[in-house]
Amino acid sequence: MYLAALIACGISGILILIRIILGKTTFDRVLAINTLGTIIVIGIALHGFYTGRPEFLDIAIVYALINFIGTVAVLKLFSTGSLGDIKK
Amino acid sequence: MEFIKDIITGIFFFIGSMSIIIGACGLIKLPDVFSRIHAAGMIDTGGTAFFLLGMIVQSGWSLITVKLILIGIFIFFTSPVTSHITANLARQKKIIPVGKKIGKLL
Repeated sequence: MYLAALIACGISGILILIRIILGKTTFDRVLAINTLGTIIVIGIALHGFYTGRPEFLDIAIVYALINFIGTVAVLKLFSTGSLGDIKK
Repeated sequence: MEFIKDIITGIFFFIGSMSIIIGACGLIKLPDVFSRIHAAGMIDTGGTAFFLLGMIVQSGWSLITVKLILIGIFIFFTSPVTSHITANLARQKKIIPVGKKIGKLL
Protein backbone atom coordinates (compact mmCIF):
# COMPACT_ATOMS: atom_id res chain seq x y z
CA MET A 1 0.00 0.00 0.00
CA TYR A 2 2.74 2.45 0.95
CA LEU A 3 4.86 1.15 -1.94
CA ALA A 4 2.09 1.86 -4.47
CA ALA A 5 1.70 5.40 -3.13
CA LEU A 6 5.49 5.91 -3.33
CA ILE A 7 5.47 4.71 -6.96
CA ALA A 8 2.66 7.20 -7.74
CA CYS A 9 4.75 9.97 -6.14
CA GLY A 10 7.73 8.93 -8.30
CA ILE A 11 5.73 8.97 -11.56
CA SER A 12 4.29 12.37 -10.71
CA GLY A 13 7.76 13.70 -9.84
CA ILE A 14 9.18 12.54 -13.18
CA LEU A 15 6.31 14.27 -15.03
CA ILE A 16 6.98 17.50 -13.12
CA LEU A 17 10.72 17.27 -13.91
CA ILE A 18 9.79 17.24 -17.62
CA ARG A 19 7.92 20.54 -17.07
CA ILE A 20 10.94 22.00 -15.23
CA ILE A 21 13.18 21.14 -18.19
CA LEU A 22 10.74 22.30 -20.90
CA GLY A 23 9.31 25.37 -19.14
CA LYS A 24 9.50 28.55 -21.17
CA THR A 25 9.31 31.30 -18.57
CA THR A 26 10.79 31.54 -15.08
CA PHE A 27 7.34 31.37 -13.47
CA ASP A 28 6.69 27.91 -14.93
CA ARG A 29 9.89 26.62 -13.41
CA VAL A 30 9.30 28.23 -10.01
CA LEU A 31 5.74 26.86 -9.85
CA ALA A 32 6.88 23.37 -10.87
CA ILE A 33 9.75 23.38 -8.35
CA ASN A 34 7.35 24.38 -5.56
CA THR A 35 4.98 21.56 -6.54
CA LEU A 36 7.89 19.09 -6.68
CA GLY A 37 8.81 20.14 -3.14
CA THR A 38 5.28 19.38 -1.96
CA ILE A 39 5.46 15.91 -3.55
CA ILE A 40 8.85 15.32 -1.89
CA VAL A 41 7.31 16.19 1.51
CA ILE A 42 4.59 13.56 0.94
CA GLY A 43 7.25 11.11 -0.23
CA ILE A 44 9.39 11.58 2.89
CA ALA A 45 6.38 10.96 5.14
CA LEU A 46 5.36 7.87 3.15
CA HIS A 47 8.91 6.52 3.25
CA GLY A 48 8.95 6.88 7.01
CA PHE A 49 5.72 4.89 7.29
CA TYR A 50 6.96 2.31 4.75
CA THR A 51 10.13 1.51 6.66
CA GLY A 52 8.34 1.59 10.04
CA ARG A 53 10.17 4.64 11.36
CA PRO A 54 7.79 7.65 11.51
CA GLU A 55 10.53 9.93 12.87
CA PHE A 56 11.06 11.06 9.28
CA LEU A 57 8.06 13.39 9.78
CA ASP A 58 10.37 15.95 11.45
CA ILE A 59 12.41 16.09 8.25
CA ALA A 60 9.17 16.51 6.28
CA ILE A 61 8.14 19.51 8.43
CA VAL A 62 11.54 21.18 7.94
CA TYR A 63 11.42 20.49 4.18
CA ALA A 64 7.99 22.14 3.92
CA LEU A 65 9.28 25.26 5.73
CA ILE A 66 12.42 25.56 3.58
CA ASN A 67 10.41 24.97 0.40
CA PHE A 68 8.16 27.97 1.09
CA ILE A 69 11.04 30.25 2.10
CA GLY A 70 13.07 29.29 -0.99
CA THR A 71 10.20 29.92 -3.39
CA VAL A 72 9.45 33.35 -1.94
CA ALA A 73 13.18 34.25 -1.99
CA VAL A 74 13.58 33.27 -5.66
CA LEU A 75 10.48 35.25 -6.65
CA LYS A 76 11.66 38.31 -4.72
CA LEU A 77 15.09 38.11 -6.33
CA PHE A 78 13.47 37.86 -9.76
CA SER A 79 11.08 40.73 -9.00
CA THR A 80 13.35 43.41 -7.54
CA GLY A 81 16.84 42.25 -8.48
CA SER A 82 18.07 42.10 -4.88
CA LEU A 83 17.30 40.22 -1.68
CA GLY A 84 16.71 43.27 0.48
CA ASP A 85 20.09 45.00 0.40
CA ILE A 86 20.42 48.54 1.69
CA LYS A 87 20.71 50.83 -1.31
CA LYS A 88 22.58 54.12 -1.04
CA MET B 1 -10.42 -3.57 13.14
CA GLU B 2 -7.04 -3.49 11.42
CA PHE B 3 -8.69 -4.73 8.22
CA ILE B 4 -11.16 -1.82 8.18
CA LYS B 5 -8.31 0.63 8.85
CA ASP B 6 -6.33 -0.80 5.94
CA ILE B 7 -9.33 -0.51 3.59
CA ILE B 8 -9.98 3.15 4.54
CA THR B 9 -6.28 3.98 4.16
CA GLY B 10 -6.19 2.27 0.76
CA ILE B 11 -9.17 4.27 -0.50
CA PHE B 12 -7.59 7.54 0.66
CA PHE B 13 -4.23 6.65 -0.91
CA PHE B 14 -5.96 5.74 -4.20
CA ILE B 15 -7.76 9.10 -4.39
CA GLY B 16 -4.54 10.93 -3.48
CA SER B 17 -2.49 9.06 -6.11
CA MET B 18 -5.07 9.78 -8.82
CA SER B 19 -5.09 13.45 -7.76
CA ILE B 20 -1.32 13.95 -7.96
CA ILE B 21 -0.96 12.05 -11.26
CA ILE B 22 -3.80 14.06 -12.87
CA GLY B 23 -2.23 17.25 -11.52
CA ALA B 24 1.19 16.37 -12.97
CA CYS B 25 -0.34 15.56 -16.38
CA GLY B 26 -2.16 18.91 -16.29
CA LEU B 27 1.09 20.67 -15.38
CA ILE B 28 2.60 19.30 -18.60
CA LYS B 29 -0.40 19.69 -20.91
CA LEU B 30 -1.92 23.08 -20.01
CA PRO B 31 -0.68 25.95 -22.19
CA ASP B 32 -0.05 28.87 -19.83
CA VAL B 33 1.30 29.93 -16.43
CA PHE B 34 -2.11 31.06 -15.23
CA SER B 35 -3.71 27.74 -16.09
CA ARG B 36 -0.82 25.68 -14.74
CA ILE B 37 -1.44 27.26 -11.32
CA HIS B 38 -4.74 25.36 -11.33
CA ALA B 39 -2.98 21.99 -11.73
CA ALA B 40 -0.39 22.87 -9.07
CA GLY B 41 -3.16 23.83 -6.66
CA MET B 42 -4.82 20.47 -7.27
CA ILE B 43 -1.62 18.66 -6.27
CA ASP B 44 -1.14 20.89 -3.22
CA THR B 45 -4.66 20.49 -1.82
CA GLY B 46 -6.09 17.17 -3.06
CA GLY B 47 -2.96 15.06 -2.99
CA THR B 48 -1.63 16.33 0.32
CA ALA B 49 -5.01 16.19 2.08
CA PHE B 50 -5.81 12.61 1.09
CA PHE B 51 -2.32 11.23 1.73
CA LEU B 52 -2.18 12.86 5.16
CA LEU B 53 -5.72 11.62 5.98
CA GLY B 54 -4.69 8.08 5.09
CA MET B 55 -1.62 8.26 7.30
CA ILE B 56 -3.67 9.78 10.16
CA VAL B 57 -6.14 6.85 9.98
CA GLN B 58 -3.22 4.43 10.06
CA SER B 59 -1.37 6.00 13.01
CA GLY B 60 -4.19 6.46 15.53
CA TRP B 61 -3.91 8.86 18.48
CA SER B 62 -0.27 9.71 19.12
CA LEU B 63 2.39 12.37 18.56
CA ILE B 64 2.66 11.29 14.92
CA THR B 65 -0.89 12.48 14.28
CA VAL B 66 -0.01 15.92 15.66
CA LYS B 67 2.98 16.16 13.31
CA LEU B 68 0.87 15.10 10.31
CA ILE B 69 -1.80 17.72 11.14
CA LEU B 70 1.00 20.31 11.48
CA ILE B 71 2.30 19.49 7.98
CA GLY B 72 -1.24 19.70 6.59
CA ILE B 73 -1.98 23.09 8.18
CA PHE B 74 1.34 24.52 7.00
CA ILE B 75 0.93 23.37 3.39
CA PHE B 76 -2.71 24.57 3.34
CA PHE B 77 -1.61 28.06 4.37
CA THR B 78 1.51 28.40 2.19
CA SER B 79 0.22 26.96 -1.10
CA PRO B 80 -2.29 29.78 -1.89
CA VAL B 81 0.33 32.38 -0.87
CA THR B 82 2.86 30.97 -3.35
CA SER B 83 0.25 30.72 -6.13
CA HIS B 84 -0.83 34.32 -5.54
CA ILE B 85 2.74 35.66 -5.56
CA THR B 86 3.54 33.78 -8.79
CA ALA B 87 0.39 34.94 -10.60
CA ASN B 88 0.80 38.54 -9.43
CA LEU B 89 4.43 38.69 -10.57
CA ALA B 90 3.60 37.08 -13.92
CA ARG B 91 0.91 39.73 -14.43
CA GLN B 92 3.35 42.53 -13.50
CA LYS B 93 5.92 41.20 -16.00
CA LYS B 94 3.20 41.38 -18.70
CA ILE B 95 2.83 37.71 -19.58
CA ILE B 96 -0.28 37.43 -21.75
CA PRO B 97 -2.77 34.61 -21.10
CA VAL B 98 -3.63 32.34 -24.02
CA GLY B 99 -6.67 33.62 -25.92
CA LYS B 100 -6.54 37.23 -24.67
CA LYS B 101 -5.82 40.28 -26.78
CA ILE B 102 -2.97 42.56 -25.72
CA GLY B 103 -5.18 45.65 -25.47
CA LYS B 104 -7.69 44.07 -23.11
CA LEU B 105 -5.10 43.10 -20.50
CA LEU B 106 -4.29 45.36 -17.54
